[in-house]
Amino acid sequence: MTFEKFSQGESLLHRTDTRVKLVSAISLTLVIALCQSFYTSLAGLTVGLLLLTFSRLNLRFVFWRLMLVNSFIAFLWITLPLTYPGDALCVVGPVTLSKQGVALAALISIKANAIILFFITLLATSTVVDLGHGLESLRLPKKLCLILLFSYRYIFVVHQEYHRLLRAAKLRCFKPRTNLHTYRTYAYLFGMTLVKSWNRAERVGQAMMLRGFHGRFYSLEEKTVTKVDVIFLIIMISAAIGFAYIELMK
Amino acid sequence: MPPLGSLVALHNVTFCYPGRKHPILDKVDFTLHEKQRVGLIGPNGCGKTSLFHIIMGLLRPQTGTVFFKDTQLNRKKDFKILHEKVGLLFQDADDQLFSPTVLEDVAFGPLNLGASPAEARERACQTLQELGLSKLEQRITHQLSGGEKKMVSLATVMVMQPDALLLDEPSNNLDMGTRARLIEILNELDLAILIISHDWSLLADTCEDIYAIDKGKVTQSDKAYLHDHRHAHPYGEQPHRHRNRIKLTSDQKKEER
Repeated sequence: MTFEKFSQGESLLHRTDTRVKLVSAISLTLVIALCQSFYTSLAGLTVGLLLLTFSRLNLRFVFWRLMLVNSFIAFLWITLPLTYPGDALCVVGPVTLSKQGVALAALISIKANAIILFFITLLATSTVVDLGHGLESLRLPKKLCLILLFSYRYIFVVHQEYHRLLRAAKLRCFKPRTNLHTYRTYAYLFGMTLVKSWNRAERVGQAMMLRGFHGRFYSLEEKTVTKVDVIFLIIMISAAIGFAYIELMK
Repeated sequence: MPPLGSLVALHNVTFCYPGRKHPILDKVDFTLHEKQRVGLIGPNGCGKTSLFHIIMGLLRPQTGTVFFKDTQLNRKKDFKILHEKVGLLFQDADDQLFSPTVLEDVAFGPLNLGASPAEARERACQTLQELGLSKLEQRITHQLSGGEKKMVSLATVMVMQPDALLLDEPSNNLDMGTRARLIEILNELDLAILIISHDWSLLADTCEDIYAIDKGKVTQSDKAYLHDHRHAHPYGEQPHRHRNRIKLTSDQKKEER
């Protein structure tokens, strides 16, 4: 598991204030998620691709991330054309492909990819810690932000503990098979991971308390919104309004 | 009451883990004075770490009290003043490092104590520089080597400018170079130090007094005994000296001659 693969960089999008990016991502995503026309969703995809060029991310990583999402969408391409009622596009033996079904699957694919691109370029270019701080300064409940920050840390810890145990098992010639021994071993591994991460979490909590933690994370970066940030926000919000306009005027 | 003028003191402390018959600490009295350097030794599971946790208020003893500068600490709240002035270095450095970068982790404590981000950053940078770790500032904490992690977690404690430092097996899993550097740093510090270790020579190099914990009791082993020592290591044929910082009494010196 790799975390924050896209968060390191020097591009415009990496330097933009996290709060600005959060608001932009929310407004763009909202409009694209609700739109029903091809024009709007294609416009969204175009903006997503534009943001991608601005973000100067490693395109290979982005491609594989998109493939991961599209592997779920592939199921829609299998089911929708066959099951959605509408005019026949073509008939292959007993199977009829519906025109509307294909159209719907295409629309969903475009919308999903556009939204994922927004998320990768606008949100994944910040670290999770920055996102937590950003959400907090946007007046989201403090507790929710803390939960976000902590789950992020603990996911990493749990993942590491699990792999340490799994490695130890493999070094002792454990080979997963379809038998009770394998199931039992995995159950032990999961159980032990849970116990170990619990203990570790407790010690991390103690260490934090001893260094004066009292329920609030402070950020070392003093965030100020620059002129570039404001211009960026205006452009993104205008884009969102533009999408809504295309959608309503179609 | 423990002796007045102590920095940290335990008085009549008994602690028993739930479900165990015998208390792990049995009516223990212990005092750490300002700038005193004490080593604690004892077998595994004898309650050394528990003693640290009781001092820091992480564990509450069944009987007895903890004093900090002659103030009795009763409630969880009371321990906050102690946390600002006594630093605990955990056995596993991974427990102590949780911020993404080294600099952020070192600045975590000062920020909690109310320092402004600029001030916290400056203090963190200075502490890292003092420990010779400036190069690591922007590194990701979980990608550091074991030795680097240990030194950085020492920095996270030192940046709080404590009066006392509690170190839980600091030389575990350190290579000779890092261990020597740690000893050097500890000897340069002008504050009270309490070290748990199985590393006899580390204790001899850094501490004035050595206490032993066994069967729930803490006893001072104050006398240095001369003894024959045979050891082997690579490059042993080269003429060299080993440091010996234990002070001998005049009688023992005569005996040595």
